Parts: sequence; C-alpha cells; structure tokens
Amino acid sequence: MTDTFKKGDPKLIARRYRAERRFRAYGAAALGLTALFLAILIADIVVKAWPAFFEHRVIMKIAIDPARVDAKDPIKGDFEGLVKDAFRAALPAVTSRGDKKKLSGLLSVGAADDLRRMVVNEPGLVGTEVTAPVLLSANVDLYLKGQQTGTALRLGGGTIQIAEAGEDYLLTGAIGSLVAGEVVRVNGGALRIAAAAAGGLKAEALVRPATLNAATAGQWDVLAFSVAEAGRRISDREIVWLESLKDRGAIEKAVAWRFFASGDSREPELAGIRGALVGSLLAVAVALALSLPLGVAAAIYLEQFAPKNRLTEVIEVNINNLAAVPSIIFGLLGLAVFLNFFGLPRSAALAGGLVLALLVLPTIIIAARAALKSVPPSIAEAALGVGASHQQAVFHHMLPLALPGILTGTILAVARALGETAPLLMIGMVAFIVDIPRNLTDAATVLPVQIFLWSDLPEIAFQSRTAAAIVVLLAVLFCLNAVAIYLRKRFERRW
Amino acid sequence: MNIMPQTIVTPEKPRIMAERPIKIVARDVNVYYGEKQAIKNVSIGIPDRAVSAFIGPSGCGKSTFLRAINRMNDTIPTCRMTGEIAIDGKNVYDRDVDVVQLRARVGMVFQKPNPFPKSIFENVAYGPRIHGLARNKSDLEDIVVTSLKRTSLFEEVKDRLGHSGTSLSGGQQQRLCIARAIAVNPEAILMDEPCSSLDPIATAKIEELIDELRQNFCIVIVTHSMQQAARVSQLAAFFHLGHLVEFGDTDEIFTAPREKRTQDYITGRFG
Repeated sequence: MTDTFKKGDPKLIARRYRAERRFRAYGAAALGLTALFLAILIADIVVKAWPAFFEHRVIMKIAIDPARVDAKDPIKGDFEGLVKDAFRAALPAVTSRGDKKKLSGLLSVGAADDLRRMVVNEPGLVGTEVTAPVLLSANVDLYLKGQQTGTALRLGGGTIQIAEAGEDYLLTGAIGSLVAGEVVRVNGGALRIAAAAAGGLKAEALVRPATLNAATAGQWDVLAFSVAEAGRRISDREIVWLESLKDRGAIEKAVAWRFFASGDSREPELAGIRGALVGSLLAVAVALALSLPLGVAAAIYLEQFAPKNRLTEVIEVNINNLAAVPSIIFGLLGLAVFLNFFGLPRSAALAGGLVLALLVLPTIIIAARAALKSVPPSIAEAALGVGASHQQAVFHHMLPLALPGILTGTILAVARALGETAPLLMIGMVAFIVDIPRNLTDAATVLPVQIFLWSDLPEIAFQSRTAAAIVVLLAVLFCLNAVAIYLRKRFERRW
Repeated sequence: MNIMPQTIVTPEKPRIMAERPIKIVARDVNVYYGEKQAIKNVSIGIPDRAVSAFIGPSGCGKSTFLRAINRMNDTIPTCRMTGEIAIDGKNVYDRDVDVVQLRARVGMVFQKPNPFPKSIFENVAYGPRIHGLARNKSDLEDIVVTSLKRTSLFEEVKDRLGHSGTSLSGGQQQRLCIARAIAVNPEAILMDEPCSSLDPIATAKIEELIDELRQNFCIVIVTHSMQQAARVSQLAAFFHLGHLVEFGDTDEIFTAPREKRTQDYITGRFG
C-alpha cells in the first residue's frame, strides 16, 4: 500500500512478472495451436468420410420369376438377370445393345446379392413381385453425391421447336440461353447441344424424343454440367438416365450399413470395414491377453523381488531399450520366430497378436513398474508390519493401488498396438482379405493396414472409405480410452 | 571392533527390571547401511509389560535399532547386521525363524499413520485373516471389535466400519494402526515416533492408550519428545551416534543421569 511496503529492485520485480506473463502466453499459444490443428485434422477427416456412410440405391419392382428362381433352392437363382431386366424395364427408352450394357453398368456388381439374401430368407417371395432397393455402382454413387460434376437444372423459358436433321436434331425458337454441351430434355427425350447451325442449334440425341411437337415454357428443361463429359467417369447419357430415375423418385439415399457389415472388396460400394475391425480386435485381444499378465508379472518381479545385481540391471536397461526399438523390427522377429520357426499361419490374427504383444510388452512393464514405484512405501511397511509376507504385501496392497496406473499404461500400449501397421506387414497381414475372420488362425487384416491398402487404390470412391476407416479407427481408440478412464476412476474412487 | 561381548547395560539393575522378566535381549548388535555403521555394539535387555523409550538426537540410530527387533531392516537391500536379538531367548536372526511369524509376534506402529486404503474393518481384520487367527466370520468380527475397543476407537467408528481407513483424522488413523497391530495379539509392540505427526490432543489420547496397553504388552517407543518419554515410559534408553549411552529407569535418566552426554541432551545442550 505505502512506500514502506516496497522492497527490492522495482525493475527486477517488473522483469520477473513480465517473464511470468510471457511464459503463460507461450503456453496458451501452444495449447491453442495444438487444439486448432487437431480440430482441422478431425474436421477434415470427418468431412471426407461423411459420404462413405451413405449409399444410393434404385428402388425397383422386381418380379421373382419361378422359372429363374427355384423356390426350393433359391440361392442358385438367376438374380443378376432379374435385377438387370427390371432395371431395363424401368428405362424403356434405352433400346440399343450398347446402351443396355452401359445401363447394367450403373448397377453395382453385387446388386443382386441383397435381393438374393431377401429371397433366401423368405422363399415365399418366389412368384411374387417385390419392391426392393438395388445398390448402384460406386461411380453412380459418386455422381449422385455430386463428386463427379455439378449438375444444374433449369426450366426452359419460351417455346422451342424441334426438327429432325438426319441423325441429329435442329432446335429453333427460344434457344438464346443454350450453350454447347448442355442437355435439353423435351418430349421424353434428351438432346445435347452440339453447335450452332443454320437458323438454330444442332443437337445430338442422347435419348430420342417421342414426338417433335413444339414445347412451351415449362415443358422442357436444361441440364448444365460443371465438368465436361471427357473429364468425368460418367457420360451425359448415363446422367440423363439417372436424372430421369431421380425425377421419378426411384433413387434413394440411405445409410450404408454394409460398410460396417461386410469385408473388403474390389468394388468400393461393396467394401466394408468389418473384416479389418474384427481382425484388429482379435489381434489386440491376443496381444493384451499375453502382454498384460506377463508385463505386470515381470514388473512386480523386477520392482519387488529381483536381487539388485548386474544381471537385473542389464535386463532393466534392455527393457527400456526394447520400448524404443522400431516396430518393423518386431515384425521381422515375428516372421522369423512365429511364422518360420513355429509355423503359425501367415496373416493370422494369432501371429499378429503375438507380434503386437512383443511390441507392447516393454511399454507395459515400464508403466507397471512406474505405477508400483509410486505406491507409498508406508503401505508396504504397514503390511509387512502386521506380518504379511512380501508377496502378500505386493498382491494385497501394492498391486491394487498401482492398478489405475497400470491400466493407464496398458491402454496407451493397446492404443499403440491398434494403430501399428509396419510389423504386421512383415507377417503378411497386408493381404487383400474379403472374408471376415472367424477365429484366430483365419487370414485377417487390421484397421490401419486396411486404411493403408485403401489409400493406395486409384478409385476416387475409396478416398472417402479410407477416411471413414480412419474415423472407425479413431472411434475404437476413443472407446478404449473411455473404458480406461472409467476403470481408472472406478478403482480410484473405491477409497 | 570390539570382540568381547559387552555386558548388557543393566547396571545397578533398574527397579522396573527387577520386577519384570526381560522380553527382548540384544547382544553386540551392529547395523550397517552399506559402509556406514548406524548401530555400534548395542546390548540391551528390554522388560515385558513395560514401556521402554528410546531417546536421542536425530540420526542417532534409535529407529534403526527398533526396526532391527522385528527385522524390518531386512527390506532395505544395503542393510547388514551382526550380533543377536533374542525374544524369549530365541534369536530372531536364526535361520529357522520365519520373519512373517516374528512380525506377527512383534507388531509395529509407524511414524506416519499408514492405514491401508481399505475399510476400517478390513484394516483391523487383515492381520488376523492372513495369520488364520479367526475360525469364522463372527470370530473375526469379535477380534476387530475388541481391538477397536482396546484402542477406544470403537465408539467413534462403530457406525462406519465400512468407510475407508484413510477418511479418519490423523489421531484416529494412528489409533487404527495400533488396533491393527494388536489385532494379531502380538507380544511386543514397537512404536516409531507414533505421535510426531499428531496434535497435542491426539497425542494425549495415544499416550493414554500406550499406558493401558503396557498392562499386556512389551512396548518399545522411539520418541523425540523428552516430555513424552517422561510421561509414558518406565525405562529410557539414550542413543547417541549409534551407541547406547545409557539405559535405566526413566525417573533416574531424567533426574540423575550417570553419563554426561545424557545430561547434556536432556538439558538441551545438544541434539
């Protein structure tokens, strides 16, 4: 308050406070920057992944012809043929052979599978007509998600006349706004503007119009594309077909549960994460089942019982070094020991789990030792003081107190194991595996490897699936962390 | 090093000793921490059913000697010891002595209250349980209740035996630790500065308790407080730089010490 209260060099004191303020500002800035980058990263991944969680299907009436599907043995029925015929029937304007083939290409290769499953589950459907959604190809899916080209639809203003000009057509009348490349839909047909011609615009027929009547304002419309036909993997003609289906409300967008329910596939629309997810969980389960008891036991022995001599010192140093060994080395070790020497099956979750167990063992030992070390020695003394044996003191009193710390370390180790790719490449878990592994010796792959594989594929549709797989991996990690935090809180809250 | 065994320091036979049998006898005890010698040739006879206080300045070795009695020093890897400490005539450092059973016979109370982070009941029940002292559940409950009553803690905690031992106040925690120690029905209780972290009221309660317990146990207490030693003990041993300087009736030590060092310490000239 008064001058008598002041002591010391005021400049020095001011500098001290400045330094403190500066330090706090640095800390806050670092934290803010980290949060920003994290937010950008997660937002980017989620935005990229979002489309992969939805798929487009065309809803069709399909007659299950008893001549093509045997009610007694429906699984062998010609569902591909049924679906293709139904699709063609939905677009009767498509007549030429080549166009029909292209039309079939709009459907997914696995389009008939859903229908087959439906009928196999309910054989009574044979002979009836069902309304079923049929999966569209990834290419079409991309177009419908707007990732191939922007498509703008505008109603025609004014009246246009149509006249045949050889193979093509001549448009006259209110054609002022039309540009080459745009598609005029009129009288049930679709005409692509090619170039100016005598008195009007020459247009090429994508779908032949039913009549040549003049169309007044509102009776015709125009599709304009932001990307020219040559720059996309879907033709104007295909777009016209799809748009007509869309206008009829025959195309639905739905959550792509199959992404979570099926294994890998060469077709992006059929590819799912289930196989990799199950593989990851199996491998991590093996790793945890092995490394947790071994690691904790090793930590207890080293921390509490091992004599302090040269040998234990060397072991301790080596454990610390092992934690820093690049993970691919563990993969090589696994290849040499588990596959070549013990003859375990290649790319199996068992071999992967064993390698991951080796990988996380040092981490768990270090975490468990640190946790045991942090238990106050007075607790051990108290136990020994009432006549507990050393082992009783450790297992009754020290281990329960160390458990939260051990769990935290273990979860960190498991998170690392879950994200590990390199060592698994060495033992063949990098293969293209369609089936979902049913046991530990089935060929399997894991989430990070699946991400790696998908990120390598040229199909654009796999980009969003790669991001979606990353989201799944992150979600699994968050779940694991949540479990760890819950367990830790539970053990801590006991007293 | 002195090869001849030193005579047990019972010169003139203290009054208390004459009245009671000697429970713990130490002969030529030397304790080393690595190179450093903490206890030098200590020989002493501690009587049963009395409170013996070890006093002396910090680092004089009194705690080390206390911990040598129930072999708590065994847990320190660098710690070595020579000589013998016998309880009822049996050297506790003999090969055939089970340290677990020894500690069941010689309980210990530590400087800082260190209840297990478990329930009050579990704290007391732990010892009897691991030694198999209770045949069944009601037996165990009897032991717990009796032990808590003997430390006059029962009335204070009877409604919350399931609560954590660490939720008690410092003084209550220390009484819980004493209850834990007597629950296994030891013959001797070693107390290492049991009141040093407690307030005067809690200290008074513990001292009262020690006075009651001496009817049944051989109690050895290490204390920094001379007043406490004077209040609770019948015998006092003064340690200095690893040597046992003087051991005798507390009254004598405090009123008419034979050694000059004892007198200097008691009168506050060093320490």
